[in-house]
This record gives sequence, C-alpha cells and structure tokens, in this order.
Amino acid sequence: MSRGIISPSEWLRPGVRRTTRGVHAVLLVLLFVIGLGPMLWLAKAAITPTQDTLRSPLALWPHGMDWANLATAWTRVEVDKYFLNTVALAAGSWLVQLLVATTAGFALSVLRPRYGKVITGVVLATLFVPSVVLLVPLYLTIVDPPLLKVSLINSFWAVWLPAGANAFNILLVQRFFDNLPREVFEAARVDGAGPFRLFWSVVLPMSRPILGVVSVFAIIAAWKDFLWPMLVLPDPDLQPLSVRLPALQRFVELDVFLAALAISTVIPVVLFAVFQRFFLKTGALQGAVKG
Amino acid sequence: MNSRIRGGGLSTLVFLLPLLLVFGIFSWIPIGRAVLMSFQETNLVTPSTFVGLQNFRDVLADPLLWTAIKNTLYFAFLALLFGYPVPLLAAVVMSEVRRFKGLYSALAYLPVVIPPVVAVLLWKFFYDASPSGVFNTILGAVGIGPISWLQDSAIAMPSLVLEATWAAAGGTVIIYLAALTGVSTDLYEAAEIDRASIWRKVWHITLPQLRGILLVTFILQIVGTAQVFLEPFLFTGGGPANSTTTLLLLIYDYAFANSLGGEYGMATALSIMLAVVLGVLSAIYFRVTRGWSKS
Repeated sequence: MSRGIISPSEWLRPGVRRTTRGVHAVLLVLLFVIGLGPMLWLAKAAITPTQDTLRSPLALWPHGMDWANLATAWTRVEVDKYFLNTVALAAGSWLVQLLVATTAGFALSVLRPRYGKVITGVVLATLFVPSVVLLVPLYLTIVDPPLLKVSLINSFWAVWLPAGANAFNILLVQRFFDNLPREVFEAARVDGAGPFRLFWSVVLPMSRPILGVVSVFAIIAAWKDFLWPMLVLPDPDLQPLSVRLPALQRFVELDVFLAALAISTVIPVVLFAVFQRFFLKTGALQGAVKG
Repeated sequence: MNSRIRGGGLSTLVFLLPLLLVFGIFSWIPIGRAVLMSFQETNLVTPSTFVGLQNFRDVLADPLLWTAIKNTLYFAFLALLFGYPVPLLAAVVMSEVRRFKGLYSALAYLPVVIPPVVAVLLWKFFYDASPSGVFNTILGAVGIGPISWLQDSAIAMPSLVLEATWAAAGGTVIIYLAALTGVSTDLYEAAEIDRASIWRKVWHITLPQLRGILLVTFILQIVGTAQVFLEPFLFTGGGPANSTTTLLLLIYDYAFANSLGGEYGMATALSIMLAVVLGVLSAIYFRVTRGWSKS
C-alpha cells in the first residue's frame, strides 16, 4: 500500500496510533448511523403496523411484525405496475442512449468526416445549457412534435427519446473511441469490412468498459427522474414509482406506504451492493467530467 | 482522403442520423425555441405573437421573483455551509483508514443510491412535527424540541438543506477520495524531514493540492443548488409563506401550476436569465478542468 499523510514512523508512536484509530472508529459509527440508519429504519417500518410506527417510531416491533404490508403494497396499491413502468422507462432510455452515443461516437471518432468538429462542438455546447431552459420548450415539443402528427403526452417515447440527447454520453464514448488503436480498424478495412461491420464486430466488442459506464449512468438517471416523467405522463397508469409515490402518500395507509418506499429502494441498493466498486469509480468520474 | 477509413459518404450520415434527429428535435430546436419564446406570448391555442421584452419585465416585476432569488441563494449558502466542509473532512480522515476502507466509502455513498423521491418522502416522515416524530423523539431524549421542521418558516429551509446534504454528500466524498489518491507523496516525505506535524501536513500539503477539485465541487454545488426543485416541491410546495419557493419552483409554477394554460413566456424568460448566470459559472468550471487535464 502506498503511504499517506501519516508516515510509518509517526504510526509507530502509540499516541498517534490511538488517536487515529479512535477517530476512525467514531467516523465508522457515524457513517453507520447516517448512511445505513435511515435505510434500516425504513426496512423495519415496512413490516411494522402503522400504530407502532406512529407511537414509538424508534422501538423495535412492540406489537410484532406485519409482513402483509409488503404484499398489500405490491398488489392492492399496484406498486407492481408502477415498478414495471419504472423498469420500462429505464430500459427504453438506456437503449436510446446507447444507440445514439455509440453510433455518434463511431461516426465522429472512427469515420471522422470533415464536418465532424462542427457537430462535436454543437453537441458539447449543450453541456453549458442547464436543463431548466429545456423544460417548457421541450414540453411543448412533446405536446406537438415535429414530423409526427400525434402528441407524445402519455407515451413512453416522451421519456425515452429526449433521454438520448445527452451530451455527456457522447463526450465519454468519443473520448474512449479516440483512444482505440486505429491500426485495428485499418486491418479490418483491409480484410474487407465495411463501416457497419467495423462498428458491430470490431468497435462495439472493444468498448465494453465505456458501455458499462454509460449504462450505469443511464439506468440510475432514469430511476431517479421525477419532474420530466411527471409532466409528460399525467396518466397514473403509466407513471413510474418516483412520480406515483408522492400521490400514493395521500390515500394509502402509512405502513403500506412505507412498505412501498422500501420496495422502491430495493433494486438500486441491490445494484449498488453487487457493483459497488464500479459505482464508486464512476461516481468519482462523474465529478471529474460532468458539468 | 488521407486514410482509408475516412467518412464523408452516405454511411457516415447513417451513423450520425440518431444523433442529429434526437439532438435536433429534443435539444437544439427546443433551446432555440426557448430563446424565441422568451420574447413571445405563447399559448397552446392561438399562434405566438412577439411582445418584445414584456415577459422579462413581467418576471422582474413579480415580487415573488425576489423571494425566489433570496430563497435560492439561502439554499445555496446553507448547502455550502452544511455540505462543503464535512465531506472534505470525512474524505481526508477516510484516506488514512487502513482496514475496511471499502466499507467506509460504501456507507458514505449509500444515501446517494436511494432514489431521491423516496429519500424526500422518508425524511418528510422523519420531520413529523409531533413529539413522537422520529427526529423529535431523538431530540426529545436530550430535552430539545419538539421542532416544527417543515411548518416553521424559519426552520423549513434548513430542514430541506439538511436532507439534500445527506442525499448528496456521499458523492462528494467519493470525488475527494479519488483526488486524494493523486496527492503526491514526495512532499509528505520532504515535510517529515522538516519535522512537520500531521496537522501541518494536511494544511500545507494535502489541501493545497486539492485546490482544483475544491473549486470544481464548489461550482458544481452552486450550479446544482441553483436548480433545486425536488426538495421544495415535495417537502413544502414552496411554503410556509413562500419561505421555500426557489427559482425552479417559480418557473414550474409559471408554466404548469395553472391547468388552463401556463405563462410559457414568463417561464422561459426566467429560465434564460438563470441559464446565463449558470453558463458563466460553467464556463469558469470548464476553464479550470481543462487547466488540470493539461498539467
């Protein structure tokens, strides 16, 4: 392990070692309480009767557990439907983002047309435009889209298609493709591969790492999105969990509502637990490039 | 043609088609339309008409605008106060952890993983004003409270910021941890020859080398907090007494609160004014980050 702020000789001094260990232990306890505490509380509340949660929120099951909450939330409150909507929205946004980012990256970094710089410039310029500017005109575009004669309100396409216009993805993929060895492309070309073959059989298989990064960002962003799906999907039957949960709060009993909250948290937390290293690495990356 | 792989032909255009269509329809045209609409009276029934600077005048004359600016600045200020020093301190301490380092960063990052809407709704329950609310029970044990977290106009905004900080701090910690691995260790050795204490090393070597990333997280945080929407929208709806109405909430209200058709012109005028301010900040950000990738 590489050395840090505390030198090996300082580490040998018992005072330094004791203080450091003490500070680390305190930090660990704090992180458990702050980071894990609310989630453990939610997990407990999801299987606790309403009256117990209201009267003594911090007690551990004074009157037993109520597993039925989870089933009630899933079926009677139709969390299953909203959950599937969330999955469908995330999957579609993910596909559109991958399609746009990989084809564009391939065209701009591998094929390199002469006007490529202009397109890259116009794409990257949108990074400077905060998303709030798009809110109203994009909404009006969805109400009355060009080319189509049908409003996209209450259609999943209203969420899927705009998700593709993500300049950050293009930037990531382009940077990755720029660093692929060009000799491989030349060799493939000599062997008679056309641009489509080159894209599908050479470039895409080489770009798994960056596709993974783009996928994680795409799925997380879709899972978190609230304002946009709320605007373009007014029909409750089509809404994802994030949009539906605040409305549910008004007419669902507290214990069932908390169970619904717990269910919505499971997938992201499981994804995080499985791909922890990857999340933490891309999290740092996000800070280094995102605007 | 200097290379055998040089596009310019039809197949290149085919590959660019998804980008051109999606960005054209859902990004470039709407951005242009936003600028246009800010000078127009738009409704969904009759064609738009140009009204000059009327929308901007209407927005600037709205007394709520100044409330929203004040609230947004207050949110940004509190978010810096709560959320800026703590992740830095945590990251510096965590960088010296020798065992279970992964556990520390995973715990710190966990709140970031929870869907934001779930986090807000959960905290809304924690903020229950009755003595048996979760936070009031905890504070009651040490003789404080009960506090009306979201109902008192003096406390509502700090309550919102507290939740937002909890939800976001883990991401900042991870960014700092990554930056800390890049701090050059030679300087620590040089400092030890001069018998510098651990504190002096942190202050004179570690922090100065993080200058760049500190500026970046500072700007990212300002740009992010200027667009805060979810917390005021779900916690308080802007209340009590407009004490948590932020700029984005105001834009939303202009455009979408009235079901009979919104003040689209005013909404775009305000979002363009906000965008110009944020654009300047992001331009600074890009200059800084470009500066480091060269070094």
